[in-house]
Amino acid sequence: MIEAVILADVSVRYLSCGDTAFTVEFGNEISPEINGQVMALHAAIAAAREAEELPGVVETVPTMRSLMVTYDPLATSRAELQPKIGGLIARGLASGMKSRKVRLPCCYDDPDFAPDLVEVAERTQKTPEQVIAAHLASPFKVYVLGFMPGLAYIAGLEPSLYLPRRNQPRVRLPRSTVAIAMDMTTIYPFESPGGWHLIGRTPLWMFDQRREQPVFLAPGDELTFERIDRSTYDSIARQVEAGTLDWATLVTT
Amino acid sequence: MSAALKVLRPGLFDTIQDRGRIGFMALGMPTAGAMDRIGLTLANALAGNPKDAAGLEIGVMGPDLLVEADSVRVALVGPLSPSLIEAPDATPKPLESNRSHLLKRGQVLKVGMIEGSSTAYLAVAGGFALPPFMHSLSTYARAGVGGLKGRKLAADDLLPLKLEHAPAGDERKLAGPFDYGSGPIRIVWGPQDDHFSEAGRKTFVSSEYRVSKEADRMGIRFEGPTIEHAKPGDKGGADIISDGIGPGAIQVPGAGLPIVLLADRQTVGGYTKIATVASVDLPRLGRLLPGQSVHFQAIDVAEAEKLRRDQEQRLSRAIADFQTARPAGGIDLARLYEVNLIDGVVF
Repeated sequence: MIEAVILADVSVRYLSCGDTAFTVEFGNEISPEINGQVMALHAAIAAAREAEELPGVVETVPTMRSLMVTYDPLATSRAELQPKIGGLIARGLASGMKSRKVRLPCCYDDPDFAPDLVEVAERTQKTPEQVIAAHLASPFKVYVLGFMPGLAYIAGLEPSLYLPRRNQPRVRLPRSTVAIAMDMTTIYPFESPGGWHLIGRTPLWMFDQRREQPVFLAPGDELTFERIDRSTYDSIARQVEAGTLDWATLVTT
Repeated sequence: MSAALKVLRPGLFDTIQDRGRIGFMALGMPTAGAMDRIGLTLANALAGNPKDAAGLEIGVMGPDLLVEADSVRVALVGPLSPSLIEAPDATPKPLESNRSHLLKRGQVLKVGMIEGSSTAYLAVAGGFALPPFMHSLSTYARAGVGGLKGRKLAADDLLPLKLEHAPAGDERKLAGPFDYGSGPIRIVWGPQDDHFSEAGRKTFVSSEYRVSKEADRMGIRFEGPTIEHAKPGDKGGADIISDGIGPGAIQVPGAGLPIVLLADRQTVGGYTKIATVASVDLPRLGRLLPGQSVHFQAIDVAEAEKLRRDQEQRLSRAIADFQTARPAGGIDLARLYEVNLIDGVVF
């Protein structure tokens, strides 16, 4: 659904990133409103490029509170481009951009998948079942991808689950582990080190280079976790491994 | 058998690179791509390739490559001293760098060491027969994608070639080495120069910084005087809410030493970036070796853009000024091979 609310009085700062990029900063805090403005400009620039109105723009990189615009200094210049971007903002950014709704199956029940579930429950004064219920009920949204290809910072965690990162990061944790820390959840796209609390595992791969779209999640996605048992996990995992899973069934646009 | 270059002995860090995996930073995918775009562009031009073709980026020391094709035209660019073994048991014969060479089946190209630079390029006419990943052949080893199996070259690898025969044409060489410029590395202040004290900014542009041993395709950690952040609470501190990291961003974490982020840099990060290397000087960064020292000099965005445009014009002129190369020793072996090929004789 597109809710075309025009955001008035958006004031931004332009920060130089050399002669091939600049960052449009909407604010210095993490909030849905500010991220909404970032995503709205990300989309407005994509539309303007589609209409060939922004020659020389190479790509845009959304984060929680800013959008980096990279450009080719042989095709345009900062002096030419920045006013055009300013014009897009002044014209009004439509908030409530059309976002994908993504279902993410997650198995919380295997202790190997969720080694921190009991500790998270103790520290948040809940039962493990209540932790799982709170994670399932959280209205998650993908804010930014980075750190490694396909790693999404997903905000919206139920506030009663907020915990700082672990004091001692793990050196190695398995691909597709679902973890929480601060006000966010994430899914590790590769076997990697990590300092978040591990509460489950999805059979999906967040990065699969065999797929035409190797990265599953995108900024702006609205995300719901769906609890699955171990045998369902195994069945989906086999399809992912074999490359036969119909990923489209997980996404509503 | 399909045409290939076989890796008899790998170099230190040889990876297939093109101009980068452009357009996927929003998905967290680093661009990767050539550390020295000038070197890759010249190698492609010498080999007769389009400028967006992929070449082999040679890191510090290159491989020994056996030609498993009827013929192949290779172009080497950089301060290299390559040599060629023309037949089994023959003594290696020195080859010139900064030009193209026609090689034939069974010959071994020894790329050798690079002198005074960390990076050099080898291009092959027609390019490598490798599948693009997200529209690019650039190797990004951390995710194991691009290039040949997503990693640096290893012994016994076969680098598949698109062409079984080198296309007809003269060998070409650079009229003279390309001038990358000297003097300070030009930077543009920002995006977070306001998170540093005035004294910190002054330290950065008035001190010598030496490339540490921690230098790779992701970035270069420099050693030198520490750069002071502004007082926390005011504006400052080394941490920010993560934002995008452009090429050449100079990140300064709390310890105060600068890290210049290059081709394989992460897409976003939460440390303050005092400045960004002007794109005209990024190829120089891509060639620096541990132990080498630099100074940084601030310029404004418009000047950085102008310097870059001037450099591209000089690069175009250098390509327009390529000379026809003759092999040393008088006999034009390249020409002979070529005539034979045109006549359909297979070696």
